[in-house]
Amino acid sequence: MKTNFNVSVSLWTLTVKEVRRFLRIWVQTLVPPAVTMSLYFVIFGSLIGPRIGSMDGFDYIQYMIPGLIMLSVITNSYNNVVSSFYSVKFQKSIEELLISPMPNWAILLGFVLGGVCRGVLIGIIVFGVSLLFYPDFTVANPVLTVTVLFLTSILFSLMGFINAVFADSFDDISIIPTFILTPLIYLGGVFYSINILPDVWRSISMANPMLYVVNTFREGMLGVSDVSISFSLGMIVIFICVLTGACLYFLKKGTGIRQ
Amino acid sequence: MAEFALEINNLQKVYDNNVVALKGIDLKVQKGDFYALLGPNGAGKSSTIGIIGSLVTKTAGNVSVFGNDIDIDLNKAKSMLGVVSQEINFSQFEKVLDIVVTQAGFYGIPKSIAMPKVENILKRLSLWDKRNDQARTLSGGYKRRLMIAKALIHEPQLLILDEPTAGVDIELRREMWSFLKEINKNGTTIILTTHYLEEAEQLCRNIGIIDKGTIVANTSMKDLLGTLNVQGFVFDLDQPLKEVPVIEGFPLKLEDPLTLVAAVNKDRSINALFSELTKLNIKIKSMRNEANRLEELFIEMVNANEN
Repeated sequence: MKTNFNVSVSLWTLTVKEVRRFLRIWVQTLVPPAVTMSLYFVIFGSLIGPRIGSMDGFDYIQYMIPGLIMLSVITNSYNNVVSSFYSVKFQKSIEELLISPMPNWAILLGFVLGGVCRGVLIGIIVFGVSLLFYPDFTVANPVLTVTVLFLTSILFSLMGFINAVFADSFDDISIIPTFILTPLIYLGGVFYSINILPDVWRSISMANPMLYVVNTFREGMLGVSDVSISFSLGMIVIFICVLTGACLYFLKKGTGIRQ
Repeated sequence: MAEFALEINNLQKVYDNNVVALKGIDLKVQKGDFYALLGPNGAGKSSTIGIIGSLVTKTAGNVSVFGNDIDIDLNKAKSMLGVVSQEINFSQFEKVLDIVVTQAGFYGIPKSIAMPKVENILKRLSLWDKRNDQARTLSGGYKRRLMIAKALIHEPQLLILDEPTAGVDIELRREMWSFLKEINKNGTTIILTTHYLEEAEQLCRNIGIIDKGTIVANTSMKDLLGTLNVQGFVFDLDQPLKEVPVIEGFPLKLEDPLTLVAAVNKDRSINALFSELTKLNIKIKSMRNEANRLEELFIEMVNANEN
């Protein structure tokens, strides 16, 4: 009677399945960010950028690069998990996982690793594209850059997972990315430093969580930031812990997946 | 060693919309059994299977798979269980081979160990030639086979099939029957729900009938069928009849001039009916059962529960 269960094999299987999923549809997942970011670099970097001048002492195109990488990483990590987990709910293939002896933490980790793989891969692709437009770019703090890249990807993969748990239709998985996530990222300092804003708007911007993510990454890549790095990193880690706890609770309770 | 493959005690399920699906059922399935769980739509069959397979959360009661209580040792119970759900539940965009290998991986079986098993099961279910096809391109029958392949890849001791032959043509259904008989013979306990009562009668040794969340019968197929008092026989006649013949003790009716239907009480010999028909110079070309015997009983029991 075979009852020995190797959780590392099941985790690896789910992660590979998730990575295979977004690689299979690479035209939908990997190409669009490269094309969109190229357009950003052409229009805002090469055409309009020189007229804007410098931002925090950097060429405008150089200043934009960390923000645009974060924009891509956040949206792709989130979208990968929300669409993948909702799809397995919709197609009922979630039953394959629920019937198996895989523990909940391994199910969550498998989906998050899928989101992180896509987010990090997109980050590398966008960075590669940015080098075509600004070949002299050098990373100020590689350790901080890579750390923030992974932490951000984990954080937004978890958010995508929670969105998918509660989603009942395909509309539900596009509402938050379209109407909440994207506006917050755009207003979170992707294209500008909040130091150029009037006091009121600068204060309001400080309440935008995306500002901390974008600026911490910019600190890693350029060495400049509008916010405290230790505070930002601390908050990212705390949010990852809280969201992980919430995801595990929802999985244990069967929210959205068990009747 | 556990005596039963499946043991259910006082299992209750009330859904969020206050629908009571199970009103405290008790069920025991012996190891090695081929057990039929029958019931009309909405009787509670899928809720029961869902709870056993962790797809539905129970409200109260206990479920044990080979002695492993799902509240205490869920993972051990899960590793002994294979479930073929009523609805297709695999990713339609993946290849057949990938789907089965992935399912093995979810049970902790690495690809290198899974591959020979996958090849074997896909060949047995005539899916090997389609291993590189996307699942969505398969016909309904092949999708059903793929569901069975997935459920068997970790060699479960207990296999539960929720209407596995729904929408499958007769030829494939019989192929699947033969396959299921074979794996049952090799030691796998099987629980089957189906709407094809002929299927249950052909395959299963024991039977439970569930209706409105309660078990209304739980016995051997032989004993259940033995409770039938009357059997109907259909005779195809050589010559057309103009009126219904009258034979004492054998109520007869004409479906059409060439088809005579007789109700034979189980304490009467059918030879006596043949003698009387011969005396009346009625020649019979062929004979068959009027309807599925189990179907008659099933309707009788469900109707009794209704009243």
